[in-house]
Amino acid sequence: MSIQTLMYIGGRLIKGAIVLLVIAVFNFFLIRAAPGDPAKVMAGEAGATDELFLQQLREQFGLDQPLYYQLWVYISNLVQFDMGITYRQQMPVFDLIMDRMPATLLLTGAAFLLSLLIGVLAGVVAAQKHKQWADSFITVAALIFYATPLFWLAMMAALFFSVYLNWLPSFGMETVGANLTGFDRFIDIMTHLILPAATLGLFFTAVYARMTRASMIETTRMDFVKTAIAKGMTPNRVTYRHVLRNALLPVVTLAGLQAGQLIGGAVLTETVFAWPGIGRLMFEALFQRDYNLLLGVFFISSAMVVLFNLITDVIYCVVDPRIELSK
Amino acid sequence: MNVIRALTQNKVAMFGFAVLLLLSLIAIFGPMLYDGSPWKMVQRPFIPPFANDRFLLGTDTLGRDVLAGLIYGARISLLVGLVSTVIALLIGIPLGAYAGYFGGWVDEILMRFTEVFQTVPSFALAVVLVAIFEPSVYSITGAIAIVSWPPVARLVRGEFLALRNQEYVLAAKLNGQSHRNIILKEILPNSLSPIIVLASLMVATAILLESSLSFLGLGDPEIMSWGYMIGAAKTVIRQAWWLSFIPGVAIAVTVLALNLLGEGLNEALNPKLSGKREH
Repeated sequence: MSIQTLMYIGGRLIKGAIVLLVIAVFNFFLIRAAPGDPAKVMAGEAGATDELFLQQLREQFGLDQPLYYQLWVYISNLVQFDMGITYRQQMPVFDLIMDRMPATLLLTGAAFLLSLLIGVLAGVVAAQKHKQWADSFITVAALIFYATPLFWLAMMAALFFSVYLNWLPSFGMETVGANLTGFDRFIDIMTHLILPAATLGLFFTAVYARMTRASMIETTRMDFVKTAIAKGMTPNRVTYRHVLRNALLPVVTLAGLQAGQLIGGAVLTETVFAWPGIGRLMFEALFQRDYNLLLGVFFISSAMVVLFNLITDVIYCVVDPRIELSK
Repeated sequence: MNVIRALTQNKVAMFGFAVLLLLSLIAIFGPMLYDGSPWKMVQRPFIPPFANDRFLLGTDTLGRDVLAGLIYGARISLLVGLVSTVIALLIGIPLGAYAGYFGGWVDEILMRFTEVFQTVPSFALAVVLVAIFEPSVYSITGAIAIVSWPPVARLVRGEFLALRNQEYVLAAKLNGQSHRNIILKEILPNSLSPIIVLASLMVATAILLESSLSFLGLGDPEIMSWGYMIGAAKTVIRQAWWLSFIPGVAIAVTVLALNLLGEGLNEALNPKLSGKREH
């Protein structure tokens, strides 16, 4: 790796850190803006309303200190992965979120790959059959998926595939009480994964299909494609070796921006399918009015997006050296 | 007017426009003309659609009139969609205009600020904002506006960057016109068409966001909305699937109509671009 590349990565790291800092400050003021005195909320959980006890709590959690000092404490705790205690379960927020993280990573990762794969494939088919029925079908389907609310689609999918057809489970990540191990457990989780991942990824499947289609049609008219055809290459080889490879660039750029949307969508999908990830945790925090937990999930999901953007940036600049490094 | 002619000749866009017109009429006059509250228990619960002449779409889990809910829901969906988009434009256009027009450090600071908002997962941010400031029409509209303005700012900035060195802008500068005048009277009118297209798609996204928020229980407790109806019917989906099906169709039709109109506007306003795409 050249010095330039390393500088670029370093710059990106600093940028990501600044974004996270801004979000942390923002988070701090949101917690302050949350309804109810935090000391009273905690005291209420403990079943006490005594003024002396409240004062004690305020001192213990530094709520009687000046605001800038509280902010400083908040940020320095955050750097050490200390996000405070949940009001309800009295557990560290960070641990609770990390417990749920694998489920969300599995769901969003599967949705991401699925949408990319099916979307690009559908786009290629639509572009090849340009102005034929397959093209119209895919265009119309994409338009409809664009317009349907994700949570509703998830419910309808559950209704059709699990209530009506009884093919797939619609609830949770594993069969309750089955105590499966090894390969059986893997299969069990996979069957639970299909519906949530497919519905979460459906919107992006539509986006990728439309983009790939437009981009393929555009690229097909370029000179290097004409050259390839003139050389006597088979149509399939031209499509996959030449057109698709170049048409994919804008699609891949878009894929990098998808992370934030997936995390947001996970709140809805996980709520519908009772998937035990951080989106579901966010819903539970909402339900219990546990603002500390709510903002903790919000911060971690923002951090995930920053991290994901960083990774895609780095992959780009390694894979495609044409991307300008100065920025 | 070429634009209007191009738009009226686009059948798909006109279909979207007609649907929206109908929905707006329902939203404005429906509650006055249709006799019935969306909250009152009027009949026994779980009457399926088309089974009762008085309550055409049946009743929900608590015996409330589903059709009345749909009519009132149209009002809140369109209202929140429109108002939040207007607010997002009011934030995004000035920010993007200043960044693109002045460039340099102004641009740098404003775009860093925009970047933070673009990085944050927007739906999660909307959820947090509505939860912290208590669910109400105002907090919902505000939260949707706050998560929707960054694309506007980026678009407007790009337009201003491209236009600020045009001859007519330079002429206005030499003429001694103020920055404010140049921004508002010279450049902005020339960058309106992409903004209009974006705005129409933003209304669609805002309606989806509003329904998602009220589905999660973050709707205004005083107002019946489509998302709330779906959320309330979630637990009875096995017994009464239509209760969640019907409001979902209403949302999808509204959003689809907006998207169709938006695409039609895009083709009418940017004929070169769409001509190239149509091939």
